[in-house]
Amino acid sequence: MSGDGLPRGRTAIVGGATFGIGEAPGFTATEIAVGAALGALADARLTLADVDALFLCMPDDMLSGLSFAEYLGIHPRLTDNNRTGGSAFMTHVVSAALKLDAGLIDVALIAYGAVPRTSRSFVAPPGASIYETPYAPTLAASYALATRRHMHEYGTTPEQLAEVAVAARNWARHNPQATMRGELTVADCLASRIIASPLRLLDCCLVTDGAAAVVMTRADRAKDLHARPAYVLGGAAATSHRYIAAMPDLTRTAAADSGSRAFAQARLTPADVDVAQLYDAFTINPILFLEDLGFCTKGEGGPFVASGAIAPGGSLPVNTNGGGLSCVHPGMYGLFAIEEAFRQLSRTARGLQVPDPAVALAHGNGGVLSSQATLILGTEGVL
Amino acid sequence: MAGEGPDASFRRFLADGQLMIQRRRVSEEAVFPPRLMAPGDGATDLEWVSATGRATVHSFTVVARKPPLDGYNICLVDLEEGPRLMSRLVDIANDDIAIGLAVEAVIDRDGDAPVLLFRPAAA
Repeated sequence: MSGDGLPRGRTAIVGGATFGIGEAPGFTATEIAVGAALGALADARLTLADVDALFLCMPDDMLSGLSFAEYLGIHPRLTDNNRTGGSAFMTHVVSAALKLDAGLIDVALIAYGAVPRTSRSFVAPPGASIYETPYAPTLAASYALATRRHMHEYGTTPEQLAEVAVAARNWARHNPQATMRGELTVADCLASRIIASPLRLLDCCLVTDGAAAVVMTRADRAKDLHARPAYVLGGAAATSHRYIAAMPDLTRTAAADSGSRAFAQARLTPADVDVAQLYDAFTINPILFLEDLGFCTKGEGGPFVASGAIAPGGSLPVNTNGGGLSCVHPGMYGLFAIEEAFRQLSRTARGLQVPDPAVALAHGNGGVLSSQATLILGTEGVL
Repeated sequence: MAGEGPDASFRRFLADGQLMIQRRRVSEEAVFPPRLMAPGDGATDLEWVSATGRATVHSFTVVARKPPLDGYNICLVDLEEGPRLMSRLVDIANDDIAIGLAVEAVIDRDGDAPVLLFRPAAA
C-alpha cells in the first residue's frame, strides 16, 4: 500500500502530563490545557521557547491553534487543528511524526482541555443531519444502536458489557487521579438506570473536566530529554462514516483498517502489545476495538473481557488509568489514552504500572464510531 | 445559483407525501441519503425513484427521559431497496420493537416539516 510510510521509530514522545482531572472549578478549558502543556514540557526538560508546532483540538474554539499560541506567547511555525473527534490526537501524533522527520518542525506540543463538568456545558460534536436530527439521536443512542446489533449477531450480554466498566474501575481504584475510585460490581452496573437501551448509566463514560498534553521530538534528541521516551512505531487513521445510519456494518469499525496499517508500519502484531489504551466512550467500544484490532476474533470481545483479560492481572492490560469510564472524560478522550500509554512505557504510571512494558497501543475513536486512529508506541528496545 | 439540490428535492417529495430515493440508472443500485453523485465513484447517473416504503428493523434503542416522560425510540431500518436510514417507529409499544420486524413508511408532519416515520407492516 502506498502512502503509509510513517517514519518508524524516528520520533518519540518525550513528555506527558495531565491537569485538572475531575473537577477544575474556576478554571477555563484553555487554562487547564496550558497547565497540562507546561507539565509535559517540564517532563521533557524543555521550555515554551522550544515549541515550534502546536497540535490542538479544543472543544469550543475553531481557531484554537491561534488562540493557544497567543496565550503561550509563542509564534509556532505550524499549527494543526485537525478535528476527527476523540481520535484527533492520534492523527496529531501521526502528523507531528511526519513533520518532525521531514525537518519542518523540531518540537511538537499536543494539548487538549475541557471543563464540561464545572461549566455544565458538555459540547456535543457539532453538525446536524436532516436525515437523523429529527429523531433526536443522542450520542449514547447512536452507540446503543451498535451495541444492540452486536448483541443480536454475537450474543454479547449486558454482563459482558458490565465487565468492561468493572475492569476500568479496578484500574482506576489504584490511580489517585481517577475521578471514580469506589468499588464497582457487575450487579451495580446492571442495576444502574437505562440511558439508551441497552446502554445503562454505568456503560457510559464520565463527564469530567480535564486536560492532557504530550511533547514530541525526533528520536536522535529524545534520549537527551527523557530517560525512557516512547518511540512512535506506527500510526494510522481510518474513517467509515459520519452518522450512525451510514456505518457500513454496526459491528465492525474502521479500527480493522487503522490497526492493521499501524501494526504493519510497526512490524508488530497484537501479540506483541504489552498494554493497550482503547477509547472507552461506552462499554461496547473496547469490545469492538479488541475484535477489530485483532486481539480476539469478531464476536469474541464479550467473552474476552468477561475472562478478566483486560483487568488488573489479566493477559492484556487495557485502560490502565481507569479510562473514560472511571478516570476522565472531558469530551474527547484520545489524548489521555496517548498520555497513559507514554506513562506506562516510561514506567511512570500514576496507578498500577504494567511490569516492563515494551509495546503500548493507544486507540482513539471519534464521532459515532466514525473515525478510528491507532498508535503503536515502543521503548528503545523495540527499535 | 438558483435551483434545488438533492436534499431539498427529497424534502419536497416528502412534503408531497412521496418517499423518493435515488438510484443509479445502470446498476439500479439505490443511494441514500440523496447526493449529487454516487458515493465512492462519483457517477452522476442518479435518478429519483419511488421507494415502496417496506423496510425491516436493523437495530433500535429507547432513549430514556426524566419521568413522567416516556422514553422515545430510534430505529435503523433497512429499506427493501437496500439503503439503511434512521427513523422512529409509531403505532407500536417500545417494548414490542424487535430486530427483524417488518415495517412500512408513514409520512407525518412536525409543524411545517414532513417527517418520515415507520409503523408495523400490515399483515
